[in-house]
Amino acid sequence: MAKPMLELVNVHATAGGAEILKGLDLAIRPGEVHAMMGPNGSGKSTLANVLAGRPSVEVTKGEVRFEGRDLTLLSAEERAREGIFLAFQYPVEIPGVANMYFLKAALNAVRRHRGEDELDAMDFLALAREKTKLVEMDEKLMQRSVNEGFSGGEKKRNEILQMAILEPKLAVLDETDSGLDIDALRIVANGVNALRSPERSMLVITHYQRLLDYIVPDVVHVLAGGRIVKTGGKELAFELEEKGYGWVEGAAAG
Amino acid sequence: MSALETARDRFVAEHRAFAAARAGEPAWLAGHRRDALAAFAARGLPSTREEEWRYTSLAPLAALPFALAEPAPLDRAILEELATPLFACSLYAFANGRARPELSSAPGLPGGARCDSLAALLGDGASPVEARLDHYVDIKAHPFAALNSAFASDGAVVRAPRGVAIEQPLHLVFASVTGDRPQVTHPRVVIVAAAGSRVTIVQDHVSVGDGPGFTNAVTEVHVGTGAHVHWVLLQREHDAHFHVSNLQVRQERDSSFSAHTLTLGGRLVRNDAGLLLAGEGAECQLDGLFIGGGTSVLDNHTEVDHAVPHGTSRELYKGVLGGAARGVFRGRVIVRPDAQKTSASQSNANLLLGARAEVDTKPQLEIYADDVKCSHGATIGRLDEDALFYLRSRGLSAERARDLLTRGFALEVLERLPGRALSEGLDDAVVACLRRAQREEEAP
Repeated sequence: MAKPMLELVNVHATAGGAEILKGLDLAIRPGEVHAMMGPNGSGKSTLANVLAGRPSVEVTKGEVRFEGRDLTLLSAEERAREGIFLAFQYPVEIPGVANMYFLKAALNAVRRHRGEDELDAMDFLALAREKTKLVEMDEKLMQRSVNEGFSGGEKKRNEILQMAILEPKLAVLDETDSGLDIDALRIVANGVNALRSPERSMLVITHYQRLLDYIVPDVVHVLAGGRIVKTGGKELAFELEEKGYGWVEGAAAG
Repeated sequence: MSALETARDRFVAEHRAFAAARAGEPAWLAGHRRDALAAFAARGLPSTREEEWRYTSLAPLAALPFALAEPAPLDRAILEELATPLFACSLYAFANGRARPELSSAPGLPGGARCDSLAALLGDGASPVEARLDHYVDIKAHPFAALNSAFASDGAVVRAPRGVAIEQPLHLVFASVTGDRPQVTHPRVVIVAAAGSRVTIVQDHVSVGDGPGFTNAVTEVHVGTGAHVHWVLLQREHDAHFHVSNLQVRQERDSSFSAHTLTLGGRLVRNDAGLLLAGEGAECQLDGLFIGGGTSVLDNHTEVDHAVPHGTSRELYKGVLGGAARGVFRGRVIVRPDAQKTSASQSNANLLLGARAEVDTKPQLEIYADDVKCSHGATIGRLDEDALFYLRSRGLSAERARDLLTRGFALEVLERLPGRALSEGLDDAVVACLRRAQREEEAP
């Protein structure tokens, strides 16, 4: 079996002074898609932030390894350049920064790190055109300020567009389904599925089973009280949908 | 005797020598100077006990013995380098307050329009009406304007005759060529746009050398019936320079005026702008962007007076302050009892980068008419941590992320400049200035 791309061992993490993750273990191998399900407050977003390196979230104990390296030593931008991508639950509006400009700057930062030539405006435009089609996004949104005035669905599509352009090794999708209607959900999921590959791993964080009808995971975990309390195949998601989170929360307490 | 009084007496004493050397001037001008000096001496340098100067102490300015700037050489290459971003303009050069026509590159203006040096006009025996000094500025209310009037000897007088449109912006570059000795200049700009004319003027203040300097500028503008005037004030002297400016405008019926003040340098900057909407249907836009770090003090006072019905005023000022810099915005909009159907909006947004940076903002509406549409607001905030993280999570360095966010904040004002060439030409200077303000925050 291949070595894990991402490995978390007994991870404890605090956010806003409170301990949220309390001994989390997780291993994701190249090409695998893992789903992380759990009730509100179970630590799903904290896990996403631990991986992406949000400064306000601190790992106090345990190990976080990405391709064998200690991830906690890297800044958010270094992680992005190494190939970690977080699709935000709430994408941030950035007034006065054009989407196109931002994406080009981001891609070129990553390419420089990989020792590749930067793309010029023409080449980038061609790439952006191709990728906007993948997420069925209006090209006009490329000229607007990042996420400013975008609908909920447009913001989420913009996240997947960024992911498609940056081509990460590990993509973390934090509740990408929240607030999406069924059409938007299908579009976003199609975009994600198109990016599945034997080299790329994904961690799909969600509250609902619904998303997993579209993005079919290899492994499903249930997070409760800051720990993984159950791991199984995709059928675990259906079981969870049927029995509710009370079922596993009981297991966590016991 | 206080330091402010000492400084006042120094200016008064210097005026004696200045006037003695100009014994040949016409009697009206000598009289005008005497009155202005008397107005200045009576007021003196305002202290922070005065409401209008509450947040801005003039002590650092009073501490330096400023003397009138001597003529100084100005290298053409340096001038062109400073002016390059605005190359699409006609260039009029001034060094230490004196017109330098040999360094100017202005093609002829259309339809009898003129841009003359004030010194040349006065030398040719201009009448008080032609020189237009103190037509719109109240020197009793503004001591620095009075000081400027007392010493005013050169600057630019722009005249656009009836119905004439000057397409190319006029770029007036006032260079302070500094040395070891603290020096002051009193540039004067007069803009007279006759009915139906159109003109854009960029009044650009720069430093050559990093010696102590003080610019005390006055600009008076008359916007005739249906005329359009855009005015841009660039304050990009070095970070130890002092700058006081006063803009006074009178707008006639259906005229349109915009002022864009970009403060990109200076240790102590005070800008007063007063607009009188004297004719019905007049429109004005009043924008400002002030960026500073270190211990600079950047103070903007504006007053828009809606005297008659159907006037429109739009005001947007944005401040970015790093280090221990201090910003002041005080905007007054007056709607007189007759000024029905006035539409006025006023907004001041501030971004504090420095832990010790401060801003005092006071948008103020005084409405005496009952059928008007007025709004005002002010905000003070810091860089959004979520936005910083978002940008960094896509691979941008923390420094680049801050650059993008601060530029994004400033962009709204930049984009409202008259003409893309100006917005784009000034973009780099604004980004460099934002970086400087940011860096001063990071220094211990």
